[in-house]
Amino acid sequence: MKDISLHILDVAQNSIAAGATRVEISVREKPWLDELEIAIEDNGNGMTDEALSRVEDPFYTTRTTRKVGLGIPLLKHSAEQAGGSFAIRSVPGKGTSLVAVFGRSHIDRPPVGDIAGVISSLAGMNPGMDFIYRHAAAAQGSTGEYVFDTREVKAVLGDIPLSEPAVILYLKELIEANTECAE
Amino acid sequence: MKKVKSLDDLKRMKEGLQANIALREKSEHPEAMTQIKVAMATCGIASGAKEVMDFFITNLAKRNIDAIVTQTGCMGYCYAEPTVEVRLPGQDPVVYGDVDVKKADEIIEKHIKEGELVDGIIPVNYETIDKKYSGGI
Repeated sequence: MKDISLHILDVAQNSIAAGATRVEISVREKPWLDELEIAIEDNGNGMTDEALSRVEDPFYTTRTTRKVGLGIPLLKHSAEQAGGSFAIRSVPGKGTSLVAVFGRSHIDRPPVGDIAGVISSLAGMNPGMDFIYRHAAAAQGSTGEYVFDTREVKAVLGDIPLSEPAVILYLKELIEANTECAE
Repeated sequence: MKKVKSLDDLKRMKEGLQANIALREKSEHPEAMTQIKVAMATCGIASGAKEVMDFFITNLAKRNIDAIVTQTGCMGYCYAEPTVEVRLPGQDPVVYGDVDVKKADEIIEKHIKEGELVDGIIPVNYETIDKKYSGGI
């Protein structure tokens, strides 16, 4: 994966496959701890303890099309390589949550990447699901958090689907304008 | 500084969007639309599927082509990612491998617009018996 946003796009596919109706994604820059924290939480099927214990194993997957499952191991590796940590929890029937912490100034920390494009395409490709994206940037003097919520977008759009290309492109610009990463 | 955007702009866009959708529904049924599926599993994303998907979304809108772009999972063609499945209305789907932005442009211009197949198709090598004979021999 070239950047952190692609990891998010990848891991969110697991939430979609788990039948989640809501996925909450947050990116938090914590310069005082020299950390960049990514958290993803869904209300999907969740995993049993048995599946959870094997989820970090690259040779474990529930897919039948191939024998490797690299999404989670790659994210874990990327976080740990950048001096960070990775943790995942899951309750069957309730959902799954994970936190990946990267060393913010670590030389091996990948760039955040096109997070606006990732969130807007997730929302557009899965109009039946809700995505909530929180971004706490470290820009000078800013302690605020930007929250993007597809439920608000749907309230504005009414019967226009989120999958409309013009809407996806608009949402991308919207998130971009509101979340300039200090990096 | 970029202009700070809010959902108010979206409210203003709404009318135009509604007009577009109404126009489309009059002319065509959704099942008669071209479908493009971009494989977006770990293998696809790592090989650049997001760029390809972004390209399709932006350029289909720009070139006024009515098509639905969706994501799918891994079909087992990890070696040929990014893969894209194109289904023209009333036709069997065709899967392209190693699709980059250049190939995506060719797919739009030749396959979707002209109905002409482009190089890079992954041949279908397996059909279930059910599928093969369900339509009668």
